[in-house]
Amino acid sequence: MTFRTTLAALGIAGLMMAAAPAQAAKDQLTIGVAQFPSTLHPNIDAEVIKSYTLGFVIRNITAFDKDWKNTCLSCTELPSVKNGTAKIIDLPNGGKGMEVTIKLKPDLKWADGKPVTTKDLEFTWRLGRDPKTGFSNSQPWTRAVKIDIIDATTAVLTLDKVLASYNEWDQILPEHIEGPVYEKAKEAGDYIKQTTYARNPTTPGLYNGPYMVTGYTSGSQVVLEPNPYWAGTKPGFKRIVLKLIENTAALQANLLSGDVDMIGGEGVGLSIDQVLELRKQHPDRFEYLFKPSLNYEHIDLQNGNPLLKDLRVRQALIYAADRKTLTDRLFQGLQPVADTWVNPLSANFTKDTLHYPFDLPKAKALLAEAGWKPGPDGICRDAAGTRLSLEFATTAGNRLRELQQAVLQNNWKAACIEVRIKNEPARTLFGETMKKRSYSGLAMYAWSSSVTESPRRTLATDNIPTEANGWGGANYINFSNPRMDELITKAESVLDPDEAKALWAEMEQIYAKELPVIPLFFRSEAHVYPKWLKGYEPTGHGHYGSMFSENWRAAE
Amino acid sequence: MLSFITRRLLQTLVVLLVMSFVIYGLMGLMPGDPVDIMAASQPGMTPEVMANLRAIYGLDQPLMVRYARWLMAVLSGDFGFSRTHARPVLEVLTPALLQTCKLMLASFTFSVILSLVLGVSSALKPGGWIDGFVSLFAFAGISVPIFWLALVLILTFAVGLQWLPASGMGQVGDFGFWDQVRHLALPVLALTLANTGQFTRYVRAAMIETLQMDFIRTARAKGSGSRRVIFVHALRNAMVPFVTIMALSFGSLFSGALVTETMFAQMGMGKMIYDSILSNDFNLALIGLLFATFTTLMANLLADLAYVALDPRIRLE
Repeated sequence: MTFRTTLAALGIAGLMMAAAPAQAAKDQLTIGVAQFPSTLHPNIDAEVIKSYTLGFVIRNITAFDKDWKNTCLSCTELPSVKNGTAKIIDLPNGGKGMEVTIKLKPDLKWADGKPVTTKDLEFTWRLGRDPKTGFSNSQPWTRAVKIDIIDATTAVLTLDKVLASYNEWDQILPEHIEGPVYEKAKEAGDYIKQTTYARNPTTPGLYNGPYMVTGYTSGSQVVLEPNPYWAGTKPGFKRIVLKLIENTAALQANLLSGDVDMIGGEGVGLSIDQVLELRKQHPDRFEYLFKPSLNYEHIDLQNGNPLLKDLRVRQALIYAADRKTLTDRLFQGLQPVADTWVNPLSANFTKDTLHYPFDLPKAKALLAEAGWKPGPDGICRDAAGTRLSLEFATTAGNRLRELQQAVLQNNWKAACIEVRIKNEPARTLFGETMKKRSYSGLAMYAWSSSVTESPRRTLATDNIPTEANGWGGANYINFSNPRMDELITKAESVLDPDEAKALWAEMEQIYAKELPVIPLFFRSEAHVYPKWLKGYEPTGHGHYGSMFSENWRAAE
Repeated sequence: MLSFITRRLLQTLVVLLVMSFVIYGLMGLMPGDPVDIMAASQPGMTPEVMANLRAIYGLDQPLMVRYARWLMAVLSGDFGFSRTHARPVLEVLTPALLQTCKLMLASFTFSVILSLVLGVSSALKPGGWIDGFVSLFAFAGISVPIFWLALVLILTFAVGLQWLPASGMGQVGDFGFWDQVRHLALPVLALTLANTGQFTRYVRAAMIETLQMDFIRTARAKGSGSRRVIFVHALRNAMVPFVTIMALSFGSLFSGALVTETMFAQMGMGKMIYDSILSNDFNLALIGLLFATFTTLMANLLADLAYVALDPRIRLE
């Protein structure tokens, strides 16, 4: 081959490469994500990206919608005491329990054409109660001690407690696919390794949502196509591709090049500052949506630190923190300032708690009252000469949190409080420092919860991590208040919404009064999507917008 | 020669054994465990569930016990299960390795060819305009961060010109040869540009040194043509140090293209190893790192054998 021929061949190859289509057609939606699910099994491993992906392909029995209202997805009517599908019963041990009737939709089918029945429900319940299956969240099923199958679509679950969450039920697993796998693996406790969701995730019978998984390249992309047996609203796309691009700069470049149509906003794509910057540069090219979420950014206060034992010092810290300006300047006011851990969108939110507006003179007055006076370097000292100096930790390398730290450090300096920044990688902070409560002063991070979840994990005495409980629980602040414990237990079992609201209001009041943490704001999910995408409605909670993806479609 | 190769292969086994222990120990010292990571994104995960999961994954056992179990399993041919991919390690490793082979072999070949052309051209007239231009190119290749280079390439060829895809390994529904070539073009270009700079400097230096040696003068005095002197006498000698550099680079190519793979969304060995370390996926990280070690050792063995072919004075004993 001569040099000229080689050059011509290369030229033709180049033209062929250039001529190939760069943009996807509108019957395909390509979503860029920065994380990838490790498995598609709904109950094994807990990941935001997995829940997001499964939202397209597996339907919960019930889920919270965009207005944070519990609704039926796979059932015909939401179980309730009012309509008689749930009732309180006397248990043989003398306690109270509940019977909850679940009626599955009769036309619901797995993507291989097999109907979804109570046999699947019973199978899922059985797996959820077997500790050897390695479910990371088996709680929805361990609540029920018994299941009675009435017919192919009706079953009664018996709970051994009265639970406010009695009408919240997760996904069902396909017995006809997973049953044989479980039977084979249960003795060896090997189900986690043998499940079809991991071994062969493109098996149609695993999915019962509007879409099913037709392609799965681990660490690269998931391809979804309509479930031919879906009886609900017809999905709007012939194909949805979830494409992994971990680097967020590359993710933005892919959006601009048209390689991806949108970026998943539920914490699986860009951060809010990146989306704000994108909006600044391309205000008209995409739709931008900011949805306040259940991610509650706050600062834990180490109650073992003698300086923080004094309520007046804790109050001075919050009065001196200009949280409104912080969210206005850093996030254009799109992340609402928090008073407690309860989001204002929650039915259990109350306005009637203590509020702490930015008030520097009040902060100074509280410190003076507590015996702290500014020293020659501007930092307060007590009578013994102890400096009011605290360590302030967060996740190292998280640019937004480091900015927040810098703002707060300046705020507190003005009130004569010194904070020394001591950040750690997320893995160290959560894997060691927080878990073992070895931070010495302040620690900033976010809590995430489900819509009606009680604060047991983070505020109940029985969830304080200790060596004795294997450092389990997330009450990293060592908060122990008997009244709070009592309220949590009551709130978990009260069925009357008004009564529940009163209990939650009291919990919020205790929290705001005792100030075991400094509430900062509720993070907003930042969504970027194409102008031609209609029906896209993010929820802001753990039942992501993908769970309603059959309503997504390209505008004509 | 045979005894040399046998000895080196035995040494390789010992190095791999020691490395497996060191890597396992270091990963075990990292704070937190996979269940902690899971709990961070799972509201409602109870301490009981966490303890149960630790037992299922064997994380409730002391590190040495876990290592001994792992070693015995590997020796019996069971490379274990990747927790983060929910599949056997070899099923995860094989496609990543294939992708890396495509990416690395293409960029390595282009880099070697380019660096030989540029390095030799530059060494023929040190200080000349070609040398100046090549040196500038080489220094740019060495000093420009690959992250930035990748972004510039994406912005130019994918966002601006829209000639090539910005990321991924293939278009859904296509994945044909040309589709894969299109998807590999930018990452290969980025890696080629980054590696060529470094290689070119080595070729240039080795060639300048060789061209000043007595045997080159002798060859010229004996009437050998200029091309023969450069390509047969000088380049062959200059290749000895270059082969060492290539051998050292070859091993790291299989595990070190993390940034390129991340930027262009290529699921290769570098990204896979990095992710598995971060998520405490012991089995996958260990096999991945041991494979990288093995590749480096093998590349060095091949380099030693290449020395003999390039320089008859070298004997392997």
